[in-house]
Amino acid sequence: MTRPTAAVNDFVVKFANVNGSGSASANGLFVKAILRMGVAVAARNIFPSNIQGLPTWYEIRVSGHGWLGRRGGVDLMVALNPQTWDRDVAEIDTGGYLFYDSTKPMPASKFREDITVVGVPLTALCNAAYVEPSKRKVMKNIICLGALTFLLGIEQDVVEALLAEEYASKPAMIPANIEALHIGFDHAKQNLKPLGLQLKRADAVGDRIFVDGNTAAALGAVYGGATVCAWYPITPSTSLAEAFTEYCRKLRHDPETGQARYAIVQAEDEIASIGMVVGAGWNGARAFTCTSGPGVSLMQEFIGLSYFAEIPAVIFDVQRGGPSTGMPTRTQQSDILSAAYASHGDTKHVLLLPEGPGECFEMGASAFDLADRLQTMVFVMLDLDMGMNEWLVEPFRWDDSRCLDHGKVMTAEMLEAGADFGRYKDVDGDGIPYRTLPATHPSKGAYFTRGTSRDPYARYSEEGAVYVDNMERLLRKFDTARTLVPAPILRKARERTSYGVIYYGSTSPAMDEALAGLEARGLNVDALRVRAFPFPGEVFEFIAHHELVFVVEQNRDAQLRTLLINEGGVDPARLVKVLNYDGSPITARFIQAELARGMGAVDANAAGEMAQ
Amino acid sequence: MTYIVKPQFHHPSLPTNKLGFTRRDYEGRVSTLCAGCGHDSISAAIVQACFEIDLEPHRLAKLSGIGCSSKTPDYFLSASHGFNTVHGRMPSVLTGANLANRELIYLGVSGDGDSASIGLGQFAHAMRRGVNMAYIVENNGVYGLTKGQFSATADKGSKSKKGAVNSDSGIDLVAMALQLGATFVGRSFSGDKDQLVPLIKAALTHKGAAFIDVLSPCVAFNNHKGSTKSFDWVREHNEAVNRLDVILGRAPVTAAYPPGSLVEVAQHDGSVLMLRKVARDYDATDRVKAMAYLHEREAVGEIVTGLLYVEAESEDLHDALATVAKPLNALSDAELVPGAAALDRINAALR
Repeated sequence: MTRPTAAVNDFVVKFANVNGSGSASANGLFVKAILRMGVAVAARNIFPSNIQGLPTWYEIRVSGHGWLGRRGGVDLMVALNPQTWDRDVAEIDTGGYLFYDSTKPMPASKFREDITVVGVPLTALCNAAYVEPSKRKVMKNIICLGALTFLLGIEQDVVEALLAEEYASKPAMIPANIEALHIGFDHAKQNLKPLGLQLKRADAVGDRIFVDGNTAAALGAVYGGATVCAWYPITPSTSLAEAFTEYCRKLRHDPETGQARYAIVQAEDEIASIGMVVGAGWNGARAFTCTSGPGVSLMQEFIGLSYFAEIPAVIFDVQRGGPSTGMPTRTQQSDILSAAYASHGDTKHVLLLPEGPGECFEMGASAFDLADRLQTMVFVMLDLDMGMNEWLVEPFRWDDSRCLDHGKVMTAEMLEAGADFGRYKDVDGDGIPYRTLPATHPSKGAYFTRGTSRDPYARYSEEGAVYVDNMERLLRKFDTARTLVPAPILRKARERTSYGVIYYGSTSPAMDEALAGLEARGLNVDALRVRAFPFPGEVFEFIAHHELVFVVEQNRDAQLRTLLINEGGVDPARLVKVLNYDGSPITARFIQAELARGMGAVDANAAGEMAQ
Repeated sequence: MTYIVKPQFHHPSLPTNKLGFTRRDYEGRVSTLCAGCGHDSISAAIVQACFEIDLEPHRLAKLSGIGCSSKTPDYFLSASHGFNTVHGRMPSVLTGANLANRELIYLGVSGDGDSASIGLGQFAHAMRRGVNMAYIVENNGVYGLTKGQFSATADKGSKSKKGAVNSDSGIDLVAMALQLGATFVGRSFSGDKDQLVPLIKAALTHKGAAFIDVLSPCVAFNNHKGSTKSFDWVREHNEAVNRLDVILGRAPVTAAYPPGSLVEVAQHDGSVLMLRKVARDYDATDRVKAMAYLHEREAVGEIVTGLLYVEAESEDLHDALATVAKPLNALSDAELVPGAAALDRINAALR
């Protein structure tokens, strides 16, 4: 028989549940308990587009090293969903563990020889202790948590403290939950031995926070001075608008009158959402919408208007699996091209590419400065993985001396002093004109905003030369954007190498681990994390300095690679596609295997990782 | 003659309003619409209305969609910021603009193609949200810029210039606005300035969603026999329910009207709407009766005009959202950014 895996603070646990069964809160407690023991953890919810009855998974990466991406593979499967039993059991790594509800006997053929099977009669224990159906449903999850607490060596008082916090507003629930926890714990203690996978108190979490990217981006919007949010519900972006609402309620009311310093409208659709955002931006308020790929498709016409009429606006695009309705509850980075070149005619837009909740906050705030400075649409490209999963990140920071940058807004004083106002006039070569807000001055500075061609003084014109001048200025403005967006981050390999890798967004944590793994194997690759479009010059310098550059992405068509080739005139043969697009977040094992293979190293694990 | 720049000078004896502006100060560029277009009469009525209510021209924001009607904001109020948005989407842009600065007056100008076809959804939702605006549809039942296709407000059975008969039911935006909760609903005719100017004045001073459907015959494509949006047809079938005067500053003028024929509606801004009844038993403050009356008259082929419904104690979207009195676009960094100390507390709650 295979030796059972033995690991301390370094393994992967996966819960297979049925959605709507109340498992989410127990899973959350499990993760928080590990964090409270000072052990770094990353958790990913894999769920269907459904409310009740379909399979969901919750995958937890426990990492003493602090790796927060998906590793790949499963060491302990908590298999609580008969519908997915076979594939769940098949997914366990050799030497791993299967935890299941042993109330009903299972035939031996349903197990595997090379894993350790641990049965706890959860339903029987629960039914013996509770009569009401509602309690039976919920408490079974807590009994399960109790058993795992014993099996994995989680400190019991940590879980109890978390239960007390969880039910602080309903104190009557606390003893009942603690009782259920003990039922599971005691049963496991009396009948089973601890697993080879063990948790030991550590000090690896520090002052880091556990937060999802949608919440972080929403908080960023609050700090970035956004006052108008218009949105339409769509997975996986909905919780961004909800978090913005929540934070505004706490942080944005006039202390004297109690009135709101913000306006949030749930619009009738995505078109109206972006219309309101453009209207508010035109009138000088910082405004945003949050959506996903299908929403961006609907917004195309307004995005072009924002580009051409030069109206600041921000879209948070929490990407999901496309095309069409695609895989609405799975993750992808597949809106890169449709956002970068959104709308008809010649257009290009600024994209910010956060790597996780930390940058969701930072870019969520700075997107509004950039939009105002550049007077254009700015996309913040999240994805479901970072948007809806809580990640362990450095605490948010804010410098109180930071001011909101409203860009070139011409005031009544400037107009009064005789400034020559031309709404689309490039006054200093950066391609960015001055704008006036409605009602700035009784007789000066008014202009008629439109999506049609016009001269520098906003007068309608269909003259070819006038049109071309304006389009060229918009390109100059885009060049200015190149100097204002966040620079890419370079990580050099230990030794000089002709290999490079470019990546972005939520690939970051898995890439961290993959790079360390490659380094440990003596494979040298320089890494560049791209953080924005238009690409700053360093991106093309990086490509020029390497013979072969892997471009790691989570979409089928290598969209960032296409953008690099298109914008930088790069020889496609030098950019190697590394693509994970099955809807699950990319894993460190997959990246490491693909890069090793690309660098000529033999790697047995390369095949089939994505398919898992 | 549309290539001619409109001269700025005017006769020194032109009357001025309380702010010292003449009517000319409310004008815009020379219209590029067809000679005789009903829309130009509506632009003139808007100019007259703004002049008469002593509006500071720059305190108004004019927004439109796409189409002949949506071009007109260039032809009035040159000192106002204007925004010619995208087809059918003016309501959302206006909503956003209004959220950003509640202190301005918002005038939305649209057409029947813009509001009843591609923009029907946005029209409906702006009405039900109670966005504080005057929303004018210049309704000619036809697509002019693309040369004569039926619009969704064309009546069933009406004939196009080329002789095609419209087989689809017409959308009545007035009926929709009433149903959707607009707090001011009127209808008028571009050829009836006496009726239209006071309606626009009242809509501009109304708090909440104010809608006016203005029948505006298209001289190029929809002014022929068989059309129900032609000058002749509208004149023959127009059934006014009331005549309106808008009194600013609550001047006591009731004495000028015979008793029993007058309804007085005081609006939020202090203006008073004096409704001289024309149709007996018409109550412009009763939404349900207004809807019933509208359908009743429509059934006998009449186009009901006048102030059809007004809610004096109306509320707008800002009331619903309980926003601060100060425009959101004027809030300072200190009022918007919670700061590092608040962020530390948030961080602590996420551990």
